[in-house]
Amino acid sequence: MSTVVQSRKACTVNPLKMSQPIGGALAFMGIADCMPMLHGSQGCTAFGLVLFQRHFNEGIPMQTTAMSEVATVMGGLDNIGSAILNIQQRTKPAIIGICSTGVTETKGDDVDGYLKNFRVIHPELDQLALVYVSTPDFKDAFQDGWAKAVESMVKGLAEPTSARREGSVNFLVGCHLTAADIEELREISESFGLEATILPDISGSMDGHIPDDFTPNTLGGTPVDAIRRMGEAELTIALGEQMRPAAEALMSKTGQPYVLFDRITGIEATDQLLDCLSQLSGQPVPVKYRRQRSQLIDAMLDSHFFFGGKKIAIGAEPDLLWNIGSWFNEMGAIVTAAVTTAHSPLLEQMPCEEVLIGDLEDLETRSAGCDLLITHSHGRQAAARLDIAFLRMGLPIFDQLGAAHRLSLGYRGARDMTFEIGNLLMAQEEENRPDSWPLPMEDHDAHAPFALG
Amino acid sequence: MLQNKIQEVFNEPGCSKNQSKSDKERKKGCTKALQPGGAAGGCAFDGAKIALQPITDVAHLVHGPIACEGNSWDNRGSKSSASQRYRTGFTTDINELDVVYGGEKHLFKSIKEVIDKYDPPAVFVYQTCVPAMIGDDIEAVCKAASQKFTKPIIPVNAPGFVGAKNLGNKLAGEALLDYVIGTEEPEYSTPYDINIIGEYNLSGELWQVKPLLDHLGIRVTCCISGDAKYHDVAQSHRARANMMVCSKSMINIARKMEERYQIPFFEGSFYGISDTTESLREITRLLIQQGAPEELRERTEALIAREEARAWQRIAEYTHRLRGKRVLLFTGGVKSWSVVSALQEGGMEVVGTSVKKSTREDKEKIKEIMGQDAHMMDDLTPREMYKMFQEARADVLLSGGRSQFAALKNKMPWVDINQERHHAYNGYEGMVNLVKQIDLALYNPMWTLLRKPAPWDMREARA
Repeated sequence: MSTVVQSRKACTVNPLKMSQPIGGALAFMGIADCMPMLHGSQGCTAFGLVLFQRHFNEGIPMQTTAMSEVATVMGGLDNIGSAILNIQQRTKPAIIGICSTGVTETKGDDVDGYLKNFRVIHPELDQLALVYVSTPDFKDAFQDGWAKAVESMVKGLAEPTSARREGSVNFLVGCHLTAADIEELREISESFGLEATILPDISGSMDGHIPDDFTPNTLGGTPVDAIRRMGEAELTIALGEQMRPAAEALMSKTGQPYVLFDRITGIEATDQLLDCLSQLSGQPVPVKYRRQRSQLIDAMLDSHFFFGGKKIAIGAEPDLLWNIGSWFNEMGAIVTAAVTTAHSPLLEQMPCEEVLIGDLEDLETRSAGCDLLITHSHGRQAAARLDIAFLRMGLPIFDQLGAAHRLSLGYRGARDMTFEIGNLLMAQEEENRPDSWPLPMEDHDAHAPFALG
Repeated sequence: MLQNKIQEVFNEPGCSKNQSKSDKERKKGCTKALQPGGAAGGCAFDGAKIALQPITDVAHLVHGPIACEGNSWDNRGSKSSASQRYRTGFTTDINELDVVYGGEKHLFKSIKEVIDKYDPPAVFVYQTCVPAMIGDDIEAVCKAASQKFTKPIIPVNAPGFVGAKNLGNKLAGEALLDYVIGTEEPEYSTPYDINIIGEYNLSGELWQVKPLLDHLGIRVTCCISGDAKYHDVAQSHRARANMMVCSKSMINIARKMEERYQIPFFEGSFYGISDTTESLREITRLLIQQGAPEELRERTEALIAREEARAWQRIAEYTHRLRGKRVLLFTGGVKSWSVVSALQEGGMEVVGTSVKKSTREDKEKIKEIMGQDAHMMDDLTPREMYKMFQEARADVLLSGGRSQFAALKNKMPWVDINQERHHAYNGYEGMVNLVKQIDLALYNPMWTLLRKPAPWDMREARA
């Protein structure tokens, strides 16, 4: 159990946090044939674009309503209309996902109302799905933007139905899952003979594959039609506390039950997920995963020596922090510093004394004397100054390759992570030296045999 | 106030492109009206930050919601030879309450915290859209803070929505002119002092040129703003000559320094061999005109002769490998033609070059070098570019990060020549390096493997 503290500084130094709208935009990037768009100044999109491009090493589909100063003051609704028409003409997506920003929220554009009207004026665009989500920059953080976008997609697209397709399951996944995690999730559920709809599915779009032809929209992801039919699944499995509102929305729209797993990494978390799929499908857990479970146990046996008592500092968004922090706790390490970006019901349950809603300056101060620092690439300066081992996790990771393919879900993911981090910690072990065990300082005058005077 | 400033920088008498426009065109400014759903560039704040962030020892404090700094900090390749303070991200990260009640106090407190904790020689405060909308007066806050903390607190008033990156560059220049340049006196000056304006020391490329100047005894008193220190900028008005690096992004600084401090300037570039030579000659000419001894000219010519010969010789080593290779050159602001000549010297054929930001003279120059049927493109859509490589109408793409996938996803080589590049391409050294990088990209044995279809696909194709 921990105390949740909000930093009281006026000035944020070395931000850990990123803004809601780009979190929302990334969620839309997990939809097939989609063009995400920020309703804001063109710079809002440009920053997001560069950030994602450097993280994923992929071309990023992302547009802007290009609000000028005048448009901002007068209201930017017309810009939304012309942006939609323009995108429709140039890239013909199946869906445009619109996120608001700080500028347009300050003015208070009624986008929902405008879009209703737009639909009436433009019946020829009925086939084009439009989803809008309110994500002001001056509130909440990246993870919240992602969560709200998914909730809006469910509310706007999923159709109420009483039909149920046997062997069909939905996954609502948080932004702490990488493309590799989602791919693993799909493989696991298929091995139970289940047909999975995963929302959002960035493993189809942001996994770095070579497309057959050029498309300015997303290269893959959840098809819009699959979202419409999510109500037909037997069960929805939400991964990450952030997905609860989306799961609730789906339930209230379609009457579909859901279960929520707040963790994806570790033996128990994977046991729960596989057991759930086994019960749902009526199939036994495949031999392949029984073997992987056994390998994970062995990996934990081999590496726990290096985890025990190690001090870990983590800066991450709430669900990622919870996932990784709980896992370290299971491995016998101690989370001595935990900094996050926004509130979440899980923070109070974190296995550490305090969780701070703050920045990387706070994390740096709290990391002195730790054995390992974990955060996104922006922690590199702090790690260098403190001269401690550094593991990049989260987003953005712009100074290493393959961020989308880092796996931590399932037995295999946990096994590989156990080794990766175990190796980092092993490299930190200090060699014993002649002066490793000095006696406590004593009163030399009293005991020294040749004391003078 | 800000609108006046914007009109002023748009009406730039030192800019040849601007002067060739009609009054009506000029009023519209340098930036095309942005098209909703069809724009992709950075905003004015982005431009201002790019222009000033390379000042290494000051604190750069962004007044705005988390997006403006949180989504973008520490992501540029400007290098520093000393302080790393410029890589610390400072932001007020304003919240809903600030939006309702105003963020001026929050900003003031933030400035205080930055000074208490980090004590930089100055704090640069950047305005962004949301506080601009709610009427936060950053100029007043900075003035009050300067008095209270007896330290220069510089307002940079370029909120994103006033225009594009290019306008932001210029507004940043205005901030330096209004609040920094000429506010301090140097201990001494020499007849060999110059400023370089508009060079950001990306990948440390200023250091490819500095040894040349050092060799001649020419002192770069300040580079605005690559690897600059605050006091150097404040004292830069005592230089004898200014070199403005070609992008025109900071032409207002060069021209107004001439107006206010009688420092002559020229527009030059260290991008390409002939340009480097030309620039060295111009620097020397201006310094001599300003009173430096004549003998500098001789030494400069000797250095040029030696270094040019060395560079051409090193480039020639690649000629037999690069002869006939077709390059698509797609640059942002840099002068294409000065790279074209180096590529041609390496035996390559330039099948197309962008001229989006080039002036009329630039275009004439390209025709001169590439011939009348030079493929100049104003803009190429990503789809068109993709198609060019799909149909193998070029062998290698030289461009900025955004268009890299047009080549790479077609299994064709790409060389990064823009902002986030890891390699430095300035001066004689830089051009040799560029040719080397093209050679490395083209001749990586990996390409053959990638382009070979999978065995089953070949079988299916035969069947």
